[in-house]
Amino acid sequence: MTLLAVERIKLFSTRSPYWCSALAIVLGVGLTAIIAAASEEQVSLGLTQIGSAQLAIAVVLVMAAIAVTTEYRFNTIRSTFLAVPGRTSALVAKATVVALIAGVLGEIIAFGSVGIAKVISPSSDLAINSAAEWRHVAGVGLVYAIGAVMAVAVGILVRQTAGAVAILLVWQMIAEGLIGIIPKAGIKIQAWLPFTNATHFLTMGADSPEQGGAGIDFKLSQWGSLAYFAGIAIAMLVVALIVAKRRDA
Amino acid sequence: MIEAIGLTKRYGRTVAVDDLSFTVHPGRVTGFLGPNGAGKSTTMRMILGLDRPTAGRVLIDGKPYTELHRPLQTVGALLDAKWVHPNRSARAHLRWLAKSNNLPDSRVDAVLEAVGLTQVAGKNAGGFSLGMSQRLGIAAALLGDPKVLLFDEPVNGLDPEGILWIRTFMQNLAAEGRTVLVSSHLLSEMALTAGELIVIGRGKLITQSTTQEFIDSATGNTVLVRSPQLFKLGPLLVDKGFTVRDGADGALSVSGATSDQIGDIAGANGVVLHELSPQRGSLEEAFMQLTGDAVEYHAEIGK
Ligand SMILES: Nc1ncnc2c1ncn2[C@@H]1O[C@H](COP(=O)(O)OP(=O)(O)O)[C@@H](O)[C@H]1O
Ligand SMILES: [Mg+2]
Repeated sequence: MTLLAVERIKLFSTRSPYWCSALAIVLGVGLTAIIAAASEEQVSLGLTQIGSAQLAIAVVLVMAAIAVTTEYRFNTIRSTFLAVPGRTSALVAKATVVALIAGVLGEIIAFGSVGIAKVISPSSDLAINSAAEWRHVAGVGLVYAIGAVMAVAVGILVRQTAGAVAILLVWQMIAEGLIGIIPKAGIKIQAWLPFTNATHFLTMGADSPEQGGAGIDFKLSQWGSLAYFAGIAIAMLVVALIVAKRRDA
Repeated sequence: MIEAIGLTKRYGRTVAVDDLSFTVHPGRVTGFLGPNGAGKSTTMRMILGLDRPTAGRVLIDGKPYTELHRPLQTVGALLDAKWVHPNRSARAHLRWLAKSNNLPDSRVDAVLEAVGLTQVAGKNAGGFSLGMSQRLGIAAALLGDPKVLLFDEPVNGLDPEGILWIRTFMQNLAAEGRTVLVSSHLLSEMALTAGELIVIGRGKLITQSTTQEFIDSATGNTVLVRSPQLFKLGPLLVDKGFTVRDGADGALSVSGATSDQIGDIAGANGVVLHELSPQRGSLEEAFMQLTGDAVEYHAEIGK
């Protein structure tokens, strides 16, 4: 518990998490506002989450990675390891705090997007009733939290901001989609890619074609996809923790 | 007490620290002396569990650093004053450190006061001068009121006032019965600060002794002798096993003998002396000679 408080103090005593959070909210909710304002017809619930699931998530991943890489950049990681020589508990605490913040941000952006769409397009039916609709909106926070753990792991492994951010953004925004282009094998591989599974978890099936993932033959249920996404994130974190513990700080 | 036993660190093909053994005792400032690149910082990182020794081990009060419970309460260290987030305030920096080792926030205020940073505690550490950063680093080291303190080149780049402050501060800490290890590449600085010296070159131990012993042995005892009867005195000194060389202005430079010994020999043999003066070589010169073949980066010395 103490270490969670330590990581909270560390994070909130610098400016970058505030900037990243503000940017994520503005981009996520803002994109929904633009979409809602531009549509002549009613806005569907699926449309409201394009900003959260495809744009703001990138900012959250960057924020999570930066939370670690700045420690390496300014060598405060060494002060951290002097204070907590076991290393693992300090890094797990950091991953936890960053994941919590990402999760809260996800909920703010997801529900904020629904709210702004309703304000801009009052006639749209944006009620959240079914389990699928709840998963689609409230699930964003879960995806952000797990994605943040992954980003922290990448940050620990790569140790520098530019590298970690490049890896995360290229992978999340471009690479997973491009793999689908590979004839035949592409969509089979995609069924097992982490962020593609995260998207699968969020989809409402046929009700949200705009969420992508169409045509991929997923072998997992939607919650199964989330568990798989989380499993990969935890595996990456474990590898990162082992590496961090063994190498010279 | 810090105890290093056969400590060795290799980075690829570089042997940074080579089978180093030494003991640092409480109650006095121990200087860790060696030219740049000698392996001082690497040794300190190993003492603190940041770098993993290739071989050997180092214990603090009998335990490796990584096994200390709430280590800041046992060991305080300032390895580099720039290890702070530039956009985090001095107080926030100390607050998270204190929290991590269950130290009350009152310790933060106490150490800020002790190093004289109370006025600027709310300012971002990135805007601090080197002297202020150094003080913040010392404040962090003092947070847990530790028995063991390590400082890596703490006076590097400081103005004379800052140097004096740190020197006095460290001596006071040692006088309180703490174990204080301070590294430096300047013997002249260590001569003023430390009571005991651990001298290394190229990662190897050269000697561990009191500062006075080290200075005596390092500067050697050369005595300059002038006399109208050198032709008579010279062979007498050589017979006694002293090394005699021709000095400037027809004087003799005698090593290995004290001025008392030479005076006695001259008197016993009726030799008239015009000058008999013990020579103190420059401390730095002597130090460089001693670590001579151990100097890694000549160009960097005195940087
Ligand atoms: N992380 C590292 N990787 C590779 N070589 C290193 C590393 N740290 C130190 N060295 C090398 O080890 C030697 C000792 O360095 P250091 O401990 O910094 O010496 P000092 O502090 O006495 O100046 C130097 O040759 C240095 O280049
Ligand atoms: Mg050094």
